[in-house]
Formats: sequence, C-alpha cells, structure tokens
Amino acid sequence: MNIKKRVAVIGAGITLFRRRLKETGKELSFLASNMALESAGMTRNDIESVVMGTAPDAFDGIHMKSENLLDGAGATRKPYTHVYVGGGTGVFAPIGGWWHVASGMHDTCLVVCEEKMSPCFPHPQTAFRTIWDPIITRPLNPNLVWIFALEMHRYMKVHNIPKEHIAQVAVKNKGNALDHPSAQLAAKITVDDVLNSEIMVYPVNRLDISPPSDGACALILASEDVARKYTDAPVWLDGVGWSLDSSYWTNRDLYFPQYVAEAAKMAYKMAKITDPPKEVSFAEPYDPFTYKELHHTEGLLLAKKGEAPKLTVEGVTARDGDLPICPSGGLLGVGNPIAAAGLMKCAEAFWQLRDEAGKRQVPKAETGVCQAWGDLMQVGTVCVFKRDS
Amino acid sequence: MTVAIVGVGCTSFDSVTPAVSFKEQMFEAAVKAYADAGVNAREDIQSFLTAAEDYWEGYSIFDEFVPDQLGAVLRSVCTIGGDGLLALSNGAMQIETGLFDVVAIEAHSKASDMLTFEGILTHALDPIYNRAFDAHPFFIAGLEMQRYLHETKTTREQCAQVVVKNKRNAIDNPVAAFPADMTVDEVINSRMVSHPLTERDISPLADGMIVMVLASEKKAKELSDYPIWLKGLGWCSDTPWLEARDWSAAGYTTLARERAYKQAGIKNPQKDLDFAEVDDYFSYKELQHLEALGICETGHAGKLLEDGEFHRKGAFPVNVSGGRLGSGNLLEGSALQSVLECVQQLRGHAGKRQIKNAKTALAQSWRGVPTATGCVAILSNEL
Repeated sequence: MNIKKRVAVIGAGITLFRRRLKETGKELSFLASNMALESAGMTRNDIESVVMGTAPDAFDGIHMKSENLLDGAGATRKPYTHVYVGGGTGVFAPIGGWWHVASGMHDTCLVVCEEKMSPCFPHPQTAFRTIWDPIITRPLNPNLVWIFALEMHRYMKVHNIPKEHIAQVAVKNKGNALDHPSAQLAAKITVDDVLNSEIMVYPVNRLDISPPSDGACALILASEDVARKYTDAPVWLDGVGWSLDSSYWTNRDLYFPQYVAEAAKMAYKMAKITDPPKEVSFAEPYDPFTYKELHHTEGLLLAKKGEAPKLTVEGVTARDGDLPICPSGGLLGVGNPIAAAGLMKCAEAFWQLRDEAGKRQVPKAETGVCQAWGDLMQVGTVCVFKRDS
Repeated sequence: MTVAIVGVGCTSFDSVTPAVSFKEQMFEAAVKAYADAGVNAREDIQSFLTAAEDYWEGYSIFDEFVPDQLGAVLRSVCTIGGDGLLALSNGAMQIETGLFDVVAIEAHSKASDMLTFEGILTHALDPIYNRAFDAHPFFIAGLEMQRYLHETKTTREQCAQVVVKNKRNAIDNPVAAFPADMTVDEVINSRMVSHPLTERDISPLADGMIVMVLASEKKAKELSDYPIWLKGLGWCSDTPWLEARDWSAAGYTTLARERAYKQAGIKNPQKDLDFAEVDDYFSYKELQHLEALGICETGHAGKLLEDGEFHRKGAFPVNVSGGRLGSGNLLEGSALQSVLECVQQLRGHAGKRQIKNAKTALAQSWRGVPTATGCVAILSNEL
C-alpha cells in the first residue's frame, strides 16, 4: 500500500463542553474553527476544503444540519463534505479530511465537529428513540442505556469482571479531566461514589455515564509540504481505519467489539504498527460509558480480552502509568457532545504529541491512538497519530 | 485523476413501491452493479459509501441500516451527508489516496415512505430566521425563478419547454417514473405553487436506488471492457443564508465547475463536451445551471432550448434521460441518476436514447432548496 500524500495535523481548537450554551451550532463551529486556524497561524483563505462531522440531525431539529452549519465552519464558497457514522463520527471526520488531502485533491482541510444536544426536548434520549429498526426493535420502546446495560452485563459475565473494577474508569477519567480546561464533569470521586450513585439500568449507575453536552472541536490537516511551511512540529496522521458491523445487533455476541478490532487492524497496518501495546504510547478510546473504555481498549488490541479492567485497577492506564488511557479525561470527564467529543480525542493526541498538553502531558508520548464508536453498537473508527521525528 | 466507474445497477424508478422495503431495493441495485462490474462484494470491494440524510429516511443514524444488503458487514462503510455525486467524489478520493482499489457508492430515495415532505423540508430552513415564514419551502424556488426570469429575460414559456422536453425524453428511458407527452400550456396552466412556479415545473418525487462500483486505473482495466473514467470532479457550497445569496445565478455550480474543468482540461465546454445531465429539480433550474456551467452565456439558455439546441438530436443534448422532471426526483439519488445516464451513453448502452459518438459528458447536481450546494463531474470513455 502506497499512500499518495502523507497528512499532518497542524492546528486544533475546542470550545467549552457545556449544556445549554447560548451559542447556536453555527457559532460553536465558528469558535472551534477560529481557534484551530489561529493555532496554526492560518486564515480562512488558506483553507482549501472543509469536512464537517455531526451526529443525528434530530438533536438540533434541523434537516440537512450540515448545510446550516457550513458558514460557521468557514466553508462558504469552498468544497464541503459532511461525513457521518453515528457516534463514530468524531474520529471519522479526520479520516474524511485525511482522504481529501492524501488523495492529492486538496492541500489543506479544516475538519470541524459540532454537536448541540440541548435543544432536544425533554432530553437528547428522545432523539435516540428513532435509531431503532422500526419493525423489529422500535416497538419495544428501548432507549440507549438499556442496550448498553445488556452489553455491559455480557462483558462482565464472560470475563467475570466485578463492577468495582469497571467503576475505576470513572474515577480515573473524571480525575484526569480536572486538568482539561474544556471539561464539563471533572471531579475527584471514589469507586464507592460510582457504586452508590443512582442505578439507571442495572448494572449501569449514573456515574458510569457521560453527560449530554454542547460543543465543537476543529483540526487542521495539511499535506507534508504545506505543513512544513506553517509549523516545525507537525503531528502525522499515519493510520486510519473504520469498520461497520451488521445492523442486527441482536445476532452478535456483544462481549467483544469485533468492528473496533477490524478498524484497528486496518489503521495499524497502515501506520506499520505490529505490536500495538508496545508501540502505542497512549490511547483515547471512546468512553461514553465506563465499561466502553475497557471494551474498546481490548478492541484496539491494547489489552487481551478481559484484561483491560485489571490494567485499570493496577494503574497501568493512569496518566503516569505504562499505557495511559484517556489522559484527556475522556467523555466521562470532559463531556459528550457526540461528534465533537470524538474529535476532542484527536485534538488531545495532537497536543500530547506536541508536548502542549500542559498538566495532562503524558511522558514520552510518541504514538497515540484515538477511537470512536457508534450506531447500534456497530461501528469502529480509528486514527493513529505520530510525533514528528 | 485515474478512477473509473466499472459497474452500475439500479432499480426502476416509481412513484410508489409499497411491496418492497428500501433494503430489498438497495439489494437489487447492488447485485446488479456488482454483476455488471464482475466483483464479489465480500471479497473485492474495500469501501462502501452511501449518500443519505436522516430526515429523508425517518431514522436517526441511517448508516446503521446499510451494511447487510450491500454485502458490507465488517467492512469500511460510511455515510456522506450529501447527494450521490458528492459520495462518488469522496469514493474517488479514497481510491486516489492509494488505500483502496475498489469502492462502491450507493444513493437512493424511498420518498413514498414520507408522510410529510413539506414538514421535513421546512426543518431544513434556518430555525431562527426562516422557519417562521410558515410557507411551503418551495417559495424559495418561486422567488428564485422570478429573479432569474427578470435578470436574464428568459420567458415563462421557455421554462415550461424544459418540462416538455425532459418528460418526452423520459418516454425512451425504461426506468423513468414520469414520462409524458405534455404541452407548454399544460405546464403553465397547472396548479400555481409559488408564482411563477407551477406544479408541473416541479420534479415529482419517486422511489429508486442506484449503486455504482469505482476502481483504480489498474483494477478498472482488469475488471471492465468499458470503464468510464472520471476526468474531473468539483463540489462547492455557496452561503446557506437565503438573505445573502445571488438569487439569479447558481453560484455554487460556477465554483464547482471551475475545479472540475481545470482537472479535466476543459476550456470550451460547449465544444469539449458531447452532452450533459444537469439538475432540473425545477424547470428553470436546468437553464440556470446550463448558464452557470458555461455551456451557454447567461440569459441564452432559454433561447437555445427554443431553437432545439438541447434536444436529444440537437447540437448539445441535455437531460436525455429525462432528468428529475421525467425520471423522478430521487432526492440525494438524482445526482447518481445523472451519472448513470452518462455511463450508459458513454458505453453505448442507452438503447433508443443513444447519442451518437459521445465521448465526454458532464453530470451536475444540486441538493434542492434551501441549499446552495452542488457538484460537477466530467466523465469520458477514453482514459
């Protein structure tokens, strides 16, 4: 496999992640894009193409939402593409940007992810009522927490994992988020706090879940020659992978996310990574629920099946551990404006690999892996970032 | 660019299709396209892109429901929130990176499942500034048509002639949903929707699915005896604000064609192209788009149409397939319907509609009101 053009990340921007921001989706997109442009020393005129990532239109109640957001993202009179794979969109949007640049069709691409969940009344869960198969599942009137409880239960049962070990993820991530300036739910909590919080659907407690949020995030991608003009420290997007499993989630064993493993293998192959646990310095797997971080760490082939909880309890995945996981604070700590939260993980990799992560800095960060997940427990999207050497 | 279309498949386009689900229709189009390309989806196709918008489908996160019937389970699949030509452009870029050799594109409409087309379209209007008008969003087309007629001195009758031409062309297109032999008077005297736009000026909704297989140069030569090469691709969005647009011209098309013509080395479109499939969501749009594409000067399209220039046997055939007006409005799928016609013509497979000695064609799309977004593709049967 010979990739036509190597792609670099040269700028990143992020808004505060909060609920009920006064800004519109356009304004959130503008704030993040503007910050990314400033960080790269660019103006809108230097941008050749724009990729937008945003999850269901139903949140904002705007049909063809990406068309409405485009001026906020700086895309007026430019080539503009909306890419979309449900919850996996946040890490997929930079993949869309990657092929815009790697194909040689564009020298630069501004990747913007926006989510504004708060307009959804009475709760964003209402929008999720329309993600089900209308004949087979919708009549059961399910909501997302139920099916994740099923998946979590299956994962715990197959590997005999105690809930205390899973709760440790919330403690770690909310703690990490204390150092993230955009964070919505940073906190110093204990395992007991998680176990004693309200049961949503057994075995999911309130503190196992990330909050709905509003926010936006942006990255600037550029081809190698253009990147060097703007920065001495580009971060390379050297591996991309994505995979979508069958719609019929009821026919799968939910204990292992095979689709994440397929996406990870694709991205590692491209990035020439043969031994992921050794070669990856830190990872940002998708953590909308506590167990998902563990599930995805295993899907990313960074831990053996069933061993991610043990690594967490032993502190291996802490920010100062051997394999830091979600040093940003993840969705559990920073917040979950769906597509923007996925891109926040890629922005974290960018800052980590440029030694710009401040108090969150992971020592000796050389290679970072970001991953998001979505649809009906169905899609995995993976990006591998490398430090310039 | 060295990417080719090596397989095409579609269902017939119909006003209603109650007997089959969208999954069954998508399966039918996919199977035909894969057979046409001579590929096994589960082994040969590395990436799948579908063009879809959640509100059209009645689902949130529509891409959940595409992998099974496309043969794409546990493969690279994504949705492009745009029309079929934008999905095709992104598929072509994926191949150009060197990551994939064979990619499948899908675009569709199951419009007959919609109970409230007007309501859905109203949700596309800016929620703060425009939604409160409480009018059918086609008022935008009425205003735009009025402005276009005023600025360019194009006549109402010339717009009606677009409808007559395209519906008549559709008579020879076996998959078209709305072929008819209609008169200019019938168009003008049909129900008023938003002055001067009448009901027959508007392309009627239809159901239909289209799948295409793209391949890299090396793979295309292996797979196909008649690969159709993508010579140029451009896509662009003008401002989303109704208040800030030029209402007389299709600026998004001009921006998109500049990129596509540059890639394809097109200097004089009227001469370098043999025919075009352009978006005709509304009758006047065909004329406006032809002018934006530089196929004729601004204000000349109506006159040239009257002179027979754009008829099937004219000097520059336009929408020989019947376009949206004749084939049916397939929502995001109509863009691929334009490409489909180009492929069939360039292969020499267009039957009664065949244009003689066609070598280079143009397909152009627009996403409909209230957007100002569209794509342009240049296709050729010569590498």
